[in-house]
Amino acid sequence: MSEKYGIIASFPDTPSFYHAAEKVRDAGYKKWDTYSSFPVHGMPAAQGQPRSKVPVFTFCGGITGFCLGLGMVWFMNAFDYPLIIRGQPFFSPVFPFPIMYELTILLSAFGTLGGMFITNLLPQHYSPLFNSDKFLEVSGDRLVIAIESRDGKYDPVATRQFLEGIGGTDIEEVSA
Amino acid sequence: MATTTQDSSLDATQAALLAKVQPAELHEQPLVTNNRDFNWVTDKICRIVETKTPTWWWICMAVALMTASFTGVGLLWLVSSGVGVWGLANPINWGWAIVNFVFWIGIGHAGTLISAVLCLLKQGWRTSINRAAEAMTIFAVVCAGIFPLFHVGRVWFAWWLFPLPNSNAIWPQFRSPLEWDVFAVSTYGTVSVLFWYMGMIPDLGVLRDRAVQRLKQNAYEGAGALAKGMDHFRKNFYAIFAMGWRNAGNHWRNYEMAYLVLAGLSTPLVLSVHTIVSFDFALAVLPGWHTTIFPPYFVAGAIFSGFGMVLTLMLPLRALYGMHDLITQRHIDNMCKICLGTGSIVGYAYIMEFFIAWYGANPYESFAFINRAFGQYWWAYVMMFSCNVFTPQLFWFKKVRENAALVWIMSIFINVGMWFERFVITVTSLANDFLPSSWGYYSPTMVDILTFFGTFGLFSVLFLLFLRFLPLMPIAEVKFVMPAADPHGHGDHGQGDHH
Repeated sequence: MSEKYGIIASFPDTPSFYHAAEKVRDAGYKKWDTYSSFPVHGMPAAQGQPRSKVPVFTFCGGITGFCLGLGMVWFMNAFDYPLIIRGQPFFSPVFPFPIMYELTILLSAFGTLGGMFITNLLPQHYSPLFNSDKFLEVSGDRLVIAIESRDGKYDPVATRQFLEGIGGTDIEEVSA
Repeated sequence: MATTTQDSSLDATQAALLAKVQPAELHEQPLVTNNRDFNWVTDKICRIVETKTPTWWWICMAVALMTASFTGVGLLWLVSSGVGVWGLANPINWGWAIVNFVFWIGIGHAGTLISAVLCLLKQGWRTSINRAAEAMTIFAVVCAGIFPLFHVGRVWFAWWLFPLPNSNAIWPQFRSPLEWDVFAVSTYGTVSVLFWYMGMIPDLGVLRDRAVQRLKQNAYEGAGALAKGMDHFRKNFYAIFAMGWRNAGNHWRNYEMAYLVLAGLSTPLVLSVHTIVSFDFALAVLPGWHTTIFPPYFVAGAIFSGFGMVLTLMLPLRALYGMHDLITQRHIDNMCKICLGTGSIVGYAYIMEFFIAWYGANPYESFAFINRAFGQYWWAYVMMFSCNVFTPQLFWFKKVRENAALVWIMSIFINVGMWFERFVITVTSLANDFLPSSWGYYSPTMVDILTFFGTFGLFSVLFLLFLRFLPLMPIAEVKFVMPAADPHGHGDHGQGDHH
């Protein structure tokens, strides 16, 4: 018998899907996830997930952008080739503010998108889940919970019974 | 303890009062009508890109390409001869090019307003028009960018605008609002693309999965090898850009945070872009330009013109693709009301400018404004004022908002009026400045006209490609505001009460 990735179970509607997730969380499973074609409101709490770390990347990008803008204008207009414009000082933090402002936003945005990819471990074009026809239907209206075999509590029979017990249907094992 | 007693007695009074008054329950119109389910939404949006290209698309594409070639000819003419082929001459050295630039950049603003500001304000109705409006933003920025790029004269030196040393090792001059504009517009374009792309990742995953499903079922009998080949192409094309998106709860958690953060970043960005565009004018010491009202006035005008363009685009699309259940009357109502609100702000700004010109007691300023309305460009002022101030006032009437054809015609008026606004601001102040001996009259040349009208073709080409290859609406977001997506079964999700 080939290696198994885990077990997937489907749920008929959003409330039952949401409450099933709470039950999986309470049962103590760690390597599992919910799959739905839209974000379910409050699902992170139902799955027992912490707050997303994406803003950390945003912050790093923003700080870099701000300093880059400030340093760039100082280097270009005051240090490397001082420009005499209207007798004004070579450098001040005031006049390049729009540059700093725009670069802060620009690099924050790159940080945010990059942070989303990093925290989600994307790009990752292959997943064993894609082998399941039922899983592909998640893109339509199917709501799926998958418990992975690498979870400490995973047991082919007991986990299947557990998923049945919390209202799961169309339960199937997915090959790795 | 006392508070608790007070609270309970208050509750009792309220309950008694409610029983007596029997208030009518107000039902908000749903955002997706006719009780459609998730599969219907997925199918409706995906089939636009999955089915055979409609004939009207080819006809529109041919017309758009032909129109876009005008810009090509205009620019070729310009580059081979010099900026003299434009109608620019002393004292009017900023003509249609800057007018067109501000016009197109302004149009882009509605897309960001819908995707960012309305997201922060938890406006569920934005979902179905969000993607197309963001696409409009990006394509409008592309069209806008052409004008300053070629206005530099020798376009092969346009890289001097970027923070690179030129051949004499001199860097750009960061005290100039024009240089700020380079940063504002390029940041705006880039962040809009990032936001647009990130919003599209889950939907690209849907298109990928649907292609894989069809290939697995191998249901191509009678459809021919081409259909199967197209699905192979789709599977790979969408898979590359979907980055392996799996719709996991963990994905959504980070995605939603990133979406919120990008909305939070785009909001100050969109306000800053047109503010900085207005600085191009406001920082010049010229009557009619040198006013502090410019930043808010420009931003309101930008949103006004942008919503005009969203209506111009979405109403025909709604009819062509039968999207009446997704773009409902409620959506059109809301867009009309935003036009009404921002149009009124613009009207207020026009009047306030006159007041300040009088109140400021500066003879040059008063002259600039009287000349604007009654001078040689009075016809442009009349166009501007009637289209931008009077047209949106009709949106007070429900009968008008419910007549899609009329709304569409009025949205065209808004587009025209907003172009004239920029023309009035740019040209009247330059044509009649301090010294009457240097006054002039500006007329565009054929090259100006060709270049500008061609950009509508370019915009249409890009928009038609978007329609054909990318999901027109954010499927996941539309599903999110449907009652069936509510985990607590209340069915009032996305109507502004979730946190």
